[in-house]
Amino acid sequence: MATYRLKTPLSEEDVVKLKAGDIVYLSGTIYTARDAAHKRLVELIQKGEKLPFELKGAVIYFVGPTPPKPGEAIGSAGPTTSYRMDSYSPLLIEHGLKGMIGKGKRNDAVKEACKRFKAVYFGATGGAGALLSERIKSAKVIAYEELGPEAVRELVVDQFPVVVVNDTYGNDLYEEGRKLWEQK
Amino acid sequence: MRIVKYDDIVNAVKEMIVYSTTHLSDDMLQALKKAYAEEKSEVSKAVLAQLLENAEIAANESKPLCQDTGLAIFFVKIGEEVKIEGGTIKRAIYEGTEKGYKEGYLRASTCDCFTRANLKDKAGYNLPPIIYFDIVEGDKIEIEYAAKGGGSENVSRATVLAPAQGKEGIKEFVKKVISDAGPNPCPPLVVGVGIGGSFDMAAVMSKHALFRDIGSVNPDPEMASFEEELKEELNRLGIGAMGMGGTQTVLAVHIETFEDRMCHIASLPVSVNVQCHSSRHSHITI
Repeated sequence: MATYRLKTPLSEEDVVKLKAGDIVYLSGTIYTARDAAHKRLVELIQKGEKLPFELKGAVIYFVGPTPPKPGEAIGSAGPTTSYRMDSYSPLLIEHGLKGMIGKGKRNDAVKEACKRFKAVYFGATGGAGALLSERIKSAKVIAYEELGPEAVRELVVDQFPVVVVNDTYGNDLYEEGRKLWEQK
Repeated sequence: MRIVKYDDIVNAVKEMIVYSTTHLSDDMLQALKKAYAEEKSEVSKAVLAQLLENAEIAANESKPLCQDTGLAIFFVKIGEEVKIEGGTIKRAIYEGTEKGYKEGYLRASTCDCFTRANLKDKAGYNLPPIIYFDIVEGDKIEIEYAAKGGGSENVSRATVLAPAQGKEGIKEFVKKVISDAGPNPCPPLVVGVGIGGSFDMAAVMSKHALFRDIGSVNPDPEMASFEEELKEELNRLGIGAMGMGGTQTVLAVHIETFEDRMCHIASLPVSVNVQCHSSRHSHITI
């Protein structure tokens, strides 16, 4: 297990050195999107239209935060379960997405896309929404405001703590970690 | 008859929502500290450390522990000698829920099943809540509340086993539900198991079992030891905190049976309701 500090956008060089189980502190701009926003992003790509943010090297965080109190950048903001994005992620990866942050298992199509097009899936600690929100320095809705918590936000993060779950070599921390501790 | 004012119920509901979504209950805190002390896997231990730090930040800043502040779930017992003045108890709970979620800056997570639209301006902010009413003797109102997130609800399952499958069948079913769920419901978990009654009653009991404080003992000694047996089995799965591998997958298993273990002669209904580590529950008496 290694520890890395990376700045976004991520390059291919950044992601190929990462292995499942590595700890990464991310800094820079990342984008939020959940199911409803993913559906719209994929439709834009299929129609050949421009996305609300540059996908090349981008990191998408699967999160729907609580509303901020006056004076706060963002409310509580931990990851949501990622499998709901499985049907959309491969196309985004093919078009340049380099990192996804969520929690929970991904399907084989996503893992395959991570291998083929060099992208990684990071896990953040679910239910640590108050702690994670402290690493988010600013938040701005840049698309689909009508989706409320599901709108696309541009976040500036500083040392945002994540763990590599699926790397570019087909490794899966959930499967390997569990095998290590399973008692039959 | 004892008179209880509508507005007092609204305010009590509002306060219990805001407090329990920002302050992890003492039983959960103690359980997480114990899990941290006992966890052998480094990565799972690091997650547990983050959860303890998260609880501290949330309480200090009155910030929601988790962004998924859930559906509002209530179990309500109304004494026969209580009269509510100024409106119905159902409306009071709706109003208290809306105020708590809105004024507490909590997330409105309800939506239309098909359009998936968040209807907070039409249906009300995070409305409707899920409410189970019961009428009991006495002149008090008891309200239990939990904020139930979607991640752990999505992996919950109910079934009706054949009577011959017995306790062994129940054990296999519970194990399968937790094993299949893996990292998705945010372990370490509290596992509610409803046994008996009917298909629907087992599900309701499995939810209510989650409201029990961790560390409390099941009044049925046989079920108390079954809870321990299940917990041990589940912790052998190796899932660990956030599914990254470890020994602390389940903090507690809570079983509820129907009227001292009753059901139909042809059936053995079983339901498993999964609760993440952010178990936000509280209880008041008015």
